[in-house]
Amino acid sequence: MPQYLVAIHLPDNFDPSQSDPAMMDDIHALNKEMIAAGVRLFAGGLSPAGHAKSLRAQTDGKLLMTDGPYLEAKEHVGGFWILECGDVDQAVAWGRKAVKACRAPVEVREFLSGPK
Amino acid sequence: MLHNDRRRENVTDIHKTIEAVWKIESTRLIAGIARVTRDIGIAEELAQDALVTALEVWPAEGIPENPGAWLMTAAKRRAIDYFRRGQMLVQKHEEITRELEFQQQHLGDALDHALDQVIDDDVLRLIFTACHPVLPIEGRVALTLRLIGGLATPEIARAFLVPEKTVGQRIFRAKKTLLEAHVPFETPRGEELRLRVDSVLSVVYLIFNEGYTATSGDEWMRAALCEDALRLGRMLAQLLPTESEVHGLLALMEFQASRTAARRGRQGEAVLLPDQDRSLWDDAQIQRGMAALAHAQKLGGGAGNYALQAALAACHMRARTAEATDWNRIVLLYDALMQIRPSPIVALNRAVAVGMAQGPAAGLEALDAIEKPGADSGTGSALAGYHLLPSVRGDLLLKLGRFTGARKEIERAITLTQNLRERELLAERLKQIEKKVAWSA
Repeated sequence: MPQYLVAIHLPDNFDPSQSDPAMMDDIHALNKEMIAAGVRLFAGGLSPAGHAKSLRAQTDGKLLMTDGPYLEAKEHVGGFWILECGDVDQAVAWGRKAVKACRAPVEVREFLSGPK
Repeated sequence: MLHNDRRRENVTDIHKTIEAVWKIESTRLIAGIARVTRDIGIAEELAQDALVTALEVWPAEGIPENPGAWLMTAAKRRAIDYFRRGQMLVQKHEEITRELEFQQQHLGDALDHALDQVIDDDVLRLIFTACHPVLPIEGRVALTLRLIGGLATPEIARAFLVPEKTVGQRIFRAKKTLLEAHVPFETPRGEELRLRVDSVLSVVYLIFNEGYTATSGDEWMRAALCEDALRLGRMLAQLLPTESEVHGLLALMEFQASRTAARRGRQGEAVLLPDQDRSLWDDAQIQRGMAALAHAQKLGGGAGNYALQAALAACHMRARTAEATDWNRIVLLYDALMQIRPSPIVALNRAVAVGMAQGPAAGLEALDAIEKPGADSGTGSALAGYHLLPSVRGDLLLKLGRFTGARKEIERAITLTQNLRERELLAERLKQIEKKVAWSA
């Protein structure tokens, strides 16, 4: 069955400790609904992008590690679900619910599948 | 021209969105309405009406911010209309009208409340009602796929290779039967719960097998049936977390589904388990199956019917090669299965396992024991005419080097099966035997 990443993008100044309790309730309810519908394979929140470590190979072959996210942006992935559902339209329909529950933009991407 | 094309494309997109919203919302919608109407037939009709309204309104006005809540509200309006119409026919008195207004208000509030927070219990009640033993099995399957799987009648018809009209009639009759039998919209308790869980699980497994084992028909639809059954299984595991057999069945389905990619060769031919390329098995799915099986065992349900079957499948899943299979353990598991669910198929599979664990002579002996009239499993005559019996016997004889006997058995197996792919496999085996006969001559 196809699997989808449903990623929430949060502003970099987002502070989870200050988040609205109603939003937490909505996210909790959505998680319960996803589990009850048998579509949720994984869910997880990420620590702020500012705490990320980015690694890249230099032209001289050496590895450069920097603190902070790889890409300069005002928003970064703050958490995601991995859902298993019939098709991309259903994944997007869950994405709609996620936008509402998380008050944040969401990106839906299908996992490549095939022989491992 | 371009403008028209784009509009048509948008309408198609919106219809796809509506279909997807329906797939993920319909179960809770129907369950929430049924909490108030106590009749799943009416609940389903009201939900369908809400869907029709969405199909009319959304293409023009766009997808609402909260599609689920929108459908709920539309269903509520329909429900109030429905009851008003029904009651107006019999009552005209002014006082009664006031009473009716009160009732409508009450109904509206009850629906608001129900729809505001559809609880898992409602979904569970819906499942138990759709799988009620008062219904024939086809009725249970059709109703479950329609109400809980969110499938439309034509989809069910395509999956089961029956005319749409037949599925429509099955659903219609099932709803009528539930109404006439006054089946309550509730979750059974105590002693009855176990029996009713059995009924639900057998419906889910039947849906899964219909998708998994049949070799004809719309392949895509059949794969979707397996997915629907898995989804139902995962749903049940969440709704009935303490029922070990629910987890046992989920494990069994995860294991079987994890082998899907390996079951077909390049030409679409069936590939049997010992010959499958195990690198094509879906590891993540196997792990989910293992977790579900461990859960069933932790709940003390390791000796349940589905948990045992899952444990059998797990023996195969754990083996990195066919040769590494723990056949002794498989024999023990079949022994346990024979204790609780003796059946000709189980006895036959046990004989195969004995042949693998203790050698072909022992396997043949186990096979003779089940074919003997009055054998303790009482299954001998039930297997008469079943192609796997001569097929297994042929294999065992072949391993013992008794080629003439083997040939006779495989030939008999070919005449007994209607399934084209199995015939091909048997014919292939016959060819190998002929070669060996030629060599030994």
